[in-house]
Amino acid sequence: MLKATFPHIGNSYIPIRTLLTELGLEPVIPPPISGRTVALGTKLAPEFACYPLKINLGNYIEAIEAGAELILMAGGVGPCRFGYYGEQQREVLREAGYSIDFLVLEAPKTHPWELWDKIKHYFPRHRPHDIINAIHLAWLKADALDRFDRLANQIRPLEQTFGATTNLQADFYRALDQVYLVHDIQSTLKNYLDALNGIHLKLGITITPLKILLLGEIYMVLEPKVNFEIERTLGEMGVTVERTIYFTEWVRDHLLFSIIHPNWNKNLKLMARPYLRNFVGGHGLETIALTVKAGVNRYHGVIELAPFTCMPEIIAMQVLPRVSRELEIPVLSIIIDEHSAEAGIDTRLEAFIDMLHYQSQKRNGGKPLEVISRY
Amino acid sequence: MKLYLGIDIGSVSTNLVLINSQGELVKKIYLRSKGNPVASVQKGLALLIKDIKDFEIAAVGTTGSGRQLIAKLLGADLVKNEITAHAIACLNLEPEVQTIIEIGGQDSKLILIRDGIVKDFAMNTVCAAGTGSFLDQQAARLNIDIKDFGERAVEGEHPVRIAGRCAVFAESDMIHKQQMGHPLEDILAGLCRALVRNYLGNLGKGRELKPPIIFQGGVAANLGIRKAFEETLECRLIIPEHYEVMGAIGAALLAKDAVINQKAVTRFKGFQVIDNPIITESFDCSGCSNQCEVVELKQEGLLIACLGDKCGKWSGRIPDRFLEPSRARAIQAG
Repeated sequence: MLKATFPHIGNSYIPIRTLLTELGLEPVIPPPISGRTVALGTKLAPEFACYPLKINLGNYIEAIEAGAELILMAGGVGPCRFGYYGEQQREVLREAGYSIDFLVLEAPKTHPWELWDKIKHYFPRHRPHDIINAIHLAWLKADALDRFDRLANQIRPLEQTFGATTNLQADFYRALDQVYLVHDIQSTLKNYLDALNGIHLKLGITITPLKILLLGEIYMVLEPKVNFEIERTLGEMGVTVERTIYFTEWVRDHLLFSIIHPNWNKNLKLMARPYLRNFVGGHGLETIALTVKAGVNRYHGVIELAPFTCMPEIIAMQVLPRVSRELEIPVLSIIIDEHSAEAGIDTRLEAFIDMLHYQSQKRNGGKPLEVISRY
Repeated sequence: MKLYLGIDIGSVSTNLVLINSQGELVKKIYLRSKGNPVASVQKGLALLIKDIKDFEIAAVGTTGSGRQLIAKLLGADLVKNEITAHAIACLNLEPEVQTIIEIGGQDSKLILIRDGIVKDFAMNTVCAAGTGSFLDQQAARLNIDIKDFGERAVEGEHPVRIAGRCAVFAESDMIHKQQMGHPLEDILAGLCRALVRNYLGNLGKGRELKPPIIFQGGVAANLGIRKAFEETLECRLIIPEHYEVMGAIGAALLAKDAVINQKAVTRFKGFQVIDNPIITESFDCSGCSNQCEVVELKQEGLLIACLGDKCGKWSGRIPDRFLEPSRARAIQAG
């Protein structure tokens, strides 16, 4: 069987493993992103390439070491440099002396099936029935992950035993990765959701914890290994984090809606309109639109994540101060690359949360808020 | 006499203060960390309590980049980031303040305050130009005492223009200006201006700096930087009397409030920590893919503190007194 690999992005390796297995390939999952991955990637990548590109390269090399023979990578169009990642990475790997098949999955200009005709010979099981089955199973898994994560972010700030939610999350990922039948996926999800709902919550909390909207560049938002587990850190500080990007939603919007329902992001465009009228690539427009949403809906704050040199987010960052001022929504922008250190990020997060605590305390008429300390 | 201890463990200096129940400063110590925060805290504590008699420590707060380490070591009641600590200390001193400029050893901060609460803040991200360690380095290179740096800079009548975008290029530019024959005073004055430009461009971008403005942190001692700020912002800066230990004061104030509000007893482990040298050891945990760097502090062969692991496998070996069930229950019961 052909050994295929793909770059990590959050927990998407679980559904993608299923997808590739069902299509008759042997998936090679790159080892989890570690200091070594980053070191390998940054050594090969151009210095000012954005951070995800460097980590992807690290993933490829570690997967090649584990025996991968084919790399699958998504491509795209638009002003964001991501669209050119695939080609660039192919060249970087070739120059570094790795000979490996590199397949860029890119939405074709004319007809959706054109892509499929081009790539189908890579997949041993490519009858319609196989494809539908593979997509169905992968989708179920991706959906299960997103449902669990959504609830976990609500439960974590209230958990009584430090780390209970995070440990359960890790167990769930492991369990889900090992089941392959529709029924098993559904029952695993149900069991773990029940367990999650059964986590003992802190007693005596009367005031809703701070609610923060997490947005920005998709890779930084989805990959806990590069964003210093921001969702977990914030959750354990007693903050409810609402992530704006989920894998299933992204696939639905960008791969399905963008074809069958071209005006799917009309609402986002409308929300961003007073501040930003152009599609600036990546998630730039979303960042503005969702900050507006957070301001209108009285969230306590917004955290924007961006890789260093990310063009769409830099454009958004220039607009954000005005949005923040006019809608009175505090915004913290965090830029991450291989030189970022956890200590610096933690200090900023802590200070931001403190600030939000004092502000909402003031809004509540000086009543002290429940401060949940990590220490 | 009940006293509250605040410690700010920064990159360049370690500052310790004792405040009394009214929030007034009793004693302050400003020490250079010299790369060994544990030893300098031990030394500082010894100096701090030398002349004070008949007192008890009612709460301990730590801040600064070494806050977690020292908190574990001493048993702190409160661990706070520098931004909140500085803001609290300033507000306690000058409730009307609207802007705080803080420049320390390796980072600079800008805190905007409106109606007595923090409205916005910024910390330097990519460049440490203008911070204490850069000024130290330049003073050493020019062979002048850092204490004279500011006074000589103020004497410069025609500040030269120096590129301040990046500390390294600023240095090359200074060398170039020296070789052109400009007097030292003018170069120093020019450097101060460049650094202020860098600060305002980096942190002040898009933010409104309204007076009253407080300038604090170790660099506030530098007259040259102070003057350059005043010229650029066109308003006078307030320099607090204890500008160099404001972070520590903030930590002490916050610890005092935390202990009083929770009606708790301090977790301070006592002064025996200063008696014997402490050895720090570290290793990479290979338990999972996180590969945490774990640090252990040992005194006389005994493990007294451990930190750095994400899961708590190692740090959990030392009973954290706060997590003792009986104590946690007592606190919850109020």
